[in-house]
Order: sequence, then structure tokens, then C-alpha cells
Amino acid sequence: MLSKISKEALLGPLSRNNPVLVQILGICSCLAVTAKLEPAIVMGISVTAITAFSNLIISLIRNTIPNNIRIIVQLVVVAALVIIVDQILKAYNYEMSKALSVFIGLIITNCILMGRLEAFALSNKPWPSFLDGVGNGLGYAIILIVVAFFRELLGSGTLFGWHVIPQSFYDMGYSNNGLMILPPMALVTVGCIIWWHRSRNKDLQEP
Amino acid sequence: MNTQSNTYTIIYSSIMVLVVGAALAFVYQVLKPAQDENVANDKRQQILSAIHVVAPEGQVKDTYNKYITEEFLTDIKGGRTDGDAFGVDMASEVKKAEGERKLPVFVAATDDGKTVYVLPVYGAGLWGPIWGYVAVEDDGDTIYGAYFSHSGETPGLGAEIATENFQSQFVGKELYKDGKFRSVDVKKAGQVPVDDADYVDAISGGTITSTGVQSMLADCLKLYDAFLNNLQTEKK
Repeated sequence: MLSKISKEALLGPLSRNNPVLVQILGICSCLAVTAKLEPAIVMGISVTAITAFSNLIISLIRNTIPNNIRIIVQLVVVAALVIIVDQILKAYNYEMSKALSVFIGLIITNCILMGRLEAFALSNKPWPSFLDGVGNGLGYAIILIVVAFFRELLGSGTLFGWHVIPQSFYDMGYSNNGLMILPPMALVTVGCIIWWHRSRNKDLQEP
Repeated sequence: MNTQSNTYTIIYSSIMVLVVGAALAFVYQVLKPAQDENVANDKRQQILSAIHVVAPEGQVKDTYNKYITEEFLTDIKGGRTDGDAFGVDMASEVKKAEGERKLPVFVAATDDGKTVYVLPVYGAGLWGPIWGYVAVEDDGDTIYGAYFSHSGETPGLGAEIATENFQSQFVGKELYKDGKFRSVDVKKAGQVPVDDADYVDAISGGTITSTGVQSMLADCLKLYDAFLNNLQTEKK
């Protein structure tokens, strides 16, 4: 069903070419929205939708775009999609939109988007571009979710707001690590994931 | 066709802006009713927070209608005027002259059988606006509860005004001393108000926001002086 290039476009970013772990793109929002699982998932879905559709649209009109204003065209498309996602969240998930606040608007500055548009969508057909967008969005979402899982579990003792660490642990002297809630620990967590990922993929290690 | 010519570029960008603009306007129009409802429910929950009620998810409107028995406007003379109290936009109200301001009052019946009057307040913090709702008991003096929020105060410092710890300090404080309106001050540890007013502890490192809360309370609540005096006379 999927040609080789499509398959690589979709699956590559999940691990071997992960935007966060390997390309080190989109770190800023990764630090900001991962204190809890739920916002991380909503953010992951939003970014996936926006990368997928901006890749698709840019790829569809790639032969008509005047070269000297191509960055502006990309920005307009991305900005429009970001506003639409923001408006939809405000209408149907107001609490989440308040929790994510400016970070939805800041998706436009997410390096993954412009990076994929320049590197892939401008020179590939719509279908592979769409898959590339989905792949990169999911690659970003997975990291967000893994980071948020550890931060919420260790920082608040909850997952999706449910208490998962039994009361008996607290009675024995266990306590939540408040440091995990703060942004610096997201950076450390991402660092640990990159460490693990590099150790599994030796060819990615820089000499 | 030459896609690099200036004419093409200008036409291309014009069409692009029109198409995108139309698409966004359409999305905005379609989603506006749902968004307005969310904003209204958010405001309802804020008012309920001042009387220590948290509405279950999805039932904000019902809970609000259950607790808030009456909404009306008053003015600086304490008289009741007609109008939509819930729809009053505090941000534009505070810019008007004191005598012309509409002063919304939300009357609530609490679980412990009291009648309290929720009064909105609006002021300036360090980075942007701060606002809140203060619930006053029917003696026109004692604070039953307070809720504050902000648009962009510093997390961990000024933003602490939105926490339970800060807000719960206001419970039981009195706005009047010897029959005179004194508001409630927000003071650093070790300082006491010169005019004998009740006070709460300010937030360390959030001095400007704390002072903002203090002047917000004084400026907005003093306009209700006549209204609160009426309540006090009725109670006696």
C-alpha cells in the first residue's frame, strides 16, 4: 500500500529520524506542556494535525509558489492552521485551551513545521508529504507523552489526574518530587531519553 | 507561466491573503457561539469560586443558577438600577468616572444558609490586568470568600494570588472599622496598616501584584460603600 518513500516518510520520524531526539527540534514546547499527560496529548495531536495539513497544502501548491516569497507563504499557511486549531480548542475544550494558553499559538514557531515544509513538502508529492507530516507530528507527540508520563508520575503521583501511587507508599515516607513539575526537569528527562535512544542506535552517536 | 515575475508574486500573495482571510473568518463565525458559551461558563465558575463552590464538569450553568438567586446593578448612591449585571465588562467599566459606573451585584444563597453578595473587582498587576470576585456577607462587612485571577503575572510570585492559600486569608476579614470603609490591606510581614484596616499577608517577591490587589480592592469596593451601608442598616 505504501511505497518505500511514503513508508520512510511516515515511520522514519518515529525513531531513527525523530524530530525531538535526533533533529533536536521543538524542544521549547516540549519543556512547557509536559508537566501533565493530558495537555501533552492534546498538544501532540494539535501539532500532528498542523504538520500533516501544512505539509499537504504546501505540497499541493508547491509548483505555484513564487520562490522569493515561499517562506511567507509557508508562514501564512501554518499561521492559518494554528489559528483554526486554537479556535476549535477554545470552542470545544476550553479548559485545555486555558491550560495550554500561549503554547498553541506558539506552535507556529515550532521548528519542526518550517523544517519539514522546507526540507520535504516543497520537493515531494502531496501524499508522501502528508505522511511525513503525520510521522513527524507523531514522533514529537510520542516524546511529549513519554516525558509527561514520567513528570506527572514522579511529580504529582498521578496519571491523567488519577492517583496511581498508593497511599501506603506515602505512609512509608515516599513523597512527590516537586522538582519534576518544573521545566528544567523536562530538559533532563529529554536528555535521558536521548541518551537511551543513542545507546540503542549506535550509528547516531556523534564521534 | 513565469512564477518568478513581480506581477505574479503580487497577484499570488493577494489571492492567498483573500482565501486565508475568508477561511479564518468563516471558522470564527461558526465557532463563536460555542466559544462565547465557554467564556460565560468560565465567568460563572469564577463567581462560584468566591462562595467556595466548584461546579461539576459540564454543569456550570445549572450550578450557577442553583446558587446565584439574583443579579442586579447598583450605583455609587446605593440605588438599584436595571440592566444586565452578568454582561458588564469590568475592563471598560473601570475607565469610566466613578459616578457613571455600573456596579454589578450577584446575590448567592450558600450551602450553610447564608445570603452573600458577590462583588466583582478589577485592577492592574505587574504585567497585566488582575481581577476577582469578593463575596460579602449580609452584614455588609464580613468577607465570606474571595477569588482572584490574572492574565499574566509571574508564575510562583505574583501568580500566587490565584491560589487557595492566598485567597483563603480573606475569609472573615472586615471591610469596615468603626463605621468607616477601610477595605482589606495586603501587607508585607511585619507591616501593619496605618488606618487600623484588616490585612492579609502579601506574597514574597510579588510586591507589585500584592499592592495591585490591595488597590484593586480599595478602589472597586469603595464604590459599593452606599450599597454596603444599606445592608448594614437593614441588618441592625
